[in-house]
Amino acid sequence: MSLPAGAHFARRLFFREARVSTITQTNGRLSSTTRAERIHSFEDRYRQQQFTRRNWTLLYGALFLAALIGSVAVSDFSIPGLLKGLPMAWNYIAGTLPSLSVENFWADLADWYWGLRFWTRLLVETILMGFVGTVLGGAVALLLSFPASRNLVENTGIYFIARRTLEFFRTVPELVFALIFVFAFGLGPFAGVLAIAVHTAGSLGKLFAEVNENVDPRPIEGVRASGGNWPMIMRLGVVPQALPNYASYLLLRFEINVRGASALGLVGAGGIGEDLYVAIRQFEYTDISAIMLLLILTTSVIDISCESIRHRLIGHNLTQSA
Amino acid sequence: MTLASHADVSRLKRTHPGIFTKPPLERLRDWCLWLGFLGVMGFGLWWIDASPLRVINGLNKLGLLVTLMIPPWPGDGFWDYCLAMAETLAMAFLGTLIAFVVALPLGFLGAKNIVPNWLFHFGLRRFFDAFRGIDGLVWALIFVSAVGLGPFAGVLAIAVGDVMVFGKLFAEAIENVDRKPVDGVRASGGAGLHVVRLGVFPQVFPVMMSHVLYFFESNVRSATILGIVGAGGIGLQLSDRIRINNWQEAAFIILMILVTVAAIDAISRRIRAKLI
Repeated sequence: MSLPAGAHFARRLFFREARVSTITQTNGRLSSTTRAERIHSFEDRYRQQQFTRRNWTLLYGALFLAALIGSVAVSDFSIPGLLKGLPMAWNYIAGTLPSLSVENFWADLADWYWGLRFWTRLLVETILMGFVGTVLGGAVALLLSFPASRNLVENTGIYFIARRTLEFFRTVPELVFALIFVFAFGLGPFAGVLAIAVHTAGSLGKLFAEVNENVDPRPIEGVRASGGNWPMIMRLGVVPQALPNYASYLLLRFEINVRGASALGLVGAGGIGEDLYVAIRQFEYTDISAIMLLLILTTSVIDISCESIRHRLIGHNLTQSA
Repeated sequence: MTLASHADVSRLKRTHPGIFTKPPLERLRDWCLWLGFLGVMGFGLWWIDASPLRVINGLNKLGLLVTLMIPPWPGDGFWDYCLAMAETLAMAFLGTLIAFVVALPLGFLGAKNIVPNWLFHFGLRRFFDAFRGIDGLVWALIFVSAVGLGPFAGVLAIAVGDVMVFGKLFAEAIENVDRKPVDGVRASGGAGLHVVRLGVFPQVFPVMMSHVLYFFESNVRSATILGIVGAGGIGLQLSDRIRINNWQEAAFIILMILVTVAAIDAISRRIRAKLI
């Protein structure tokens, strides 16, 4: 192997420089640098790296402190306030706990859950709201996810519009939609379902589009080569590959939506939140804990069953994504 | 390559019926699943009282609202809204910070490789899981009742809602650490706390920070609505404007929320990319 003359010259230049400069990286290969020199150069580099690192840490620390001071100033948060407020909060929570005695356990339990029949009805309504909202939102998300996948549309305009629409659906909080829909569609679960559906369409549409962008292009080309039009390509080339992932995301969203549906009642959009709101506002302490316990149980059962179905659908490698 | 003719296909169907049709039991199961799904869906639609008439009426009214919203205009409350937005960000920041500080020891306690007691670990995990089922807004409502109106209730609501999730995520991060640095610290004579500080903590810190930033983003989103139940921030202004039918200002506030959320997302995405 022969190098051009210029390269030889550059190499000689480099080596001569390396001999005089101790900061150049040598990795101890050169016999002409002494051990002390090498250690010196190593320490120099170490110090330099430490210096930059410390500067970054200081910068982040200063930013953090500024944010902290600003937040405390704006939200009139204070340590004495916290010390005063925490026992109050704790007393409140302790006050919601029922008095259950061992000898009279069942009667006490019945007393605590005096409204069980009524609450069960509302709980069923909450779950139904989550279900219908997820299905409707999922359908819209599916339709919008194809034009929002970069590999499936050539027209940049359509892609852009679909993406921005999904973003809008996703970013406006569910509760804001609920407030507006309660105004437009009247009080009750119908407005809540629509709010859930719109928000779900936004967040699922983005996830579905990401799934679509990761599909294998070969089936798509196969359908196109046998003369399929665009809807056929989507139906036969994309959907069969992406279906397990769609289902998994739908189930994940269902869990989230049941939880969200429980809060929608606070603005009058149906579900168990309505009764929880009344209980909290009227200081019916034991009702609060009864309803919250019911909610916790329901969401846990849904979480666990959805998780096991999801694992069966796509294996154990799905990490949780909100 | 030649294409299969119709005769070939029919011959294949005869010789390998299993490829072309599903076994009857499986078909029955699929039918049952679809029927169940449609049944629940129909029942749900009936329950929520959905009808085409209602949809059309509502859409008409919604269209009217949208025309009322245009153009979005802050009126003379622009600086009030900015202050309320700052309050919202402050609530999210302090809530996330408090949740992080409280969840850090909980995460270490909940990790299998730090506290090798099965029962303790299982109990703590179930505890975290259980409280995740309560929405942040419900916590806000409770804290408004407990400590009064204002951003302080919002901070507490965010913190309590997040502690449980952080506890679980941190515990998982800690369980996934590489054992080699831990063994190294132990081999050079480190005690329990040394192992945690020098062997585990440097590994999990970037992961934790990334989770914290992600939750800060999502807390900014949820803090915007906590005001609806009286916990301070921009949500209070928004629900007031909607209540008094001032749709131009409501639309302006919604736009403000969208812009702020987008800005926070962009910043935190950049920091997270740098961390990992």
